[in-house]
Amino acid sequence: MLPRHEVRTVASLPASAEELDALINAAVERRVGAALGDLERAVADLRSAMTTTTANTPDDRATIVAFSGDMDRLFATFAIASGAAAMGMEVSIYFTFWGLTALRVKTTFAGKSISQKMAAMVLPSGPASLPTSRMNMAGMGPAFFKMLMKQRRVQSVPEMLAMCRDLGIKIIACEMSMGVMGITREELIPDIDYGGVATYLGDASRSKITLFI
Amino acid sequence: MASSSLDCRGMMCPVPIVRISRAMKELSQGDVLTVQASDPSFGPDIEAWVRKMGHSLESFADANGEQTAVIRHAAPA
Repeated sequence: MLPRHEVRTVASLPASAEELDALINAAVERRVGAALGDLERAVADLRSAMTTTTANTPDDRATIVAFSGDMDRLFATFAIASGAAAMGMEVSIYFTFWGLTALRVKTTFAGKSISQKMAAMVLPSGPASLPTSRMNMAGMGPAFFKMLMKQRRVQSVPEMLAMCRDLGIKIIACEMSMGVMGITREELIPDIDYGGVATYLGDASRSKITLFI
Repeated sequence: MASSSLDCRGMMCPVPIVRISRAMKELSQGDVLTVQASDPSFGPDIEAWVRKMGHSLESFADANGEQTAVIRHAAPA
């Protein structure tokens, strides 16, 4: 629908077909140009909004902080982690403080300070000798739990850790808490990653699920 | 359209799901996997797993805890 004045412009009899053509082109340009400018700006806005949204959308990823060194809590950690991996998610577990004992394979004393040597002695020697969060009763609790788990044919914590590794779950040990607890790299299982809080936050901010256990 | 089976009887959570995910990786679109399981949480777990992975649960039967699920590989391989 052309507005009246344009109809009149056309009606004032252009001299030639070329002139008519130019006249129409100019009118179309005038009217469409303005609208197109708005549209182009809107598309540009939308495009930049979409880029931001894509960058902020979490990946299909789960990130778990394994803080506790309790057998039962670590069992939950490994169960959720392996389940998430089985559901196609990318999983990383950050081991910090007491959680690090789940990754321990040996205890060394050489080159450690007295307090670090004491910590090395007191801490559980590995995933097979972890206490339970409740009813530990000087180690009787874990023995009892292990028996129950075996009876129920539930996997042990070391088996769960092995399964998690097999599923390609990323294991990251926190360097800072390793320093505090006097745990060295050679005391932990091989082929793991090391990182700090920024490594965790970087992953966690892109995760759909993040847990502190 | 191959069909295979997996015996997860006696295995407890999360092992059946882990085994199924491994088995399904070997299959291609349209293939069917029949799984037997006794884990009490297997029913809701397999439903959630199938939904998340984009496969389809053709059938699910529970005979006094002896469960059988038929899963069709629906995701593009």
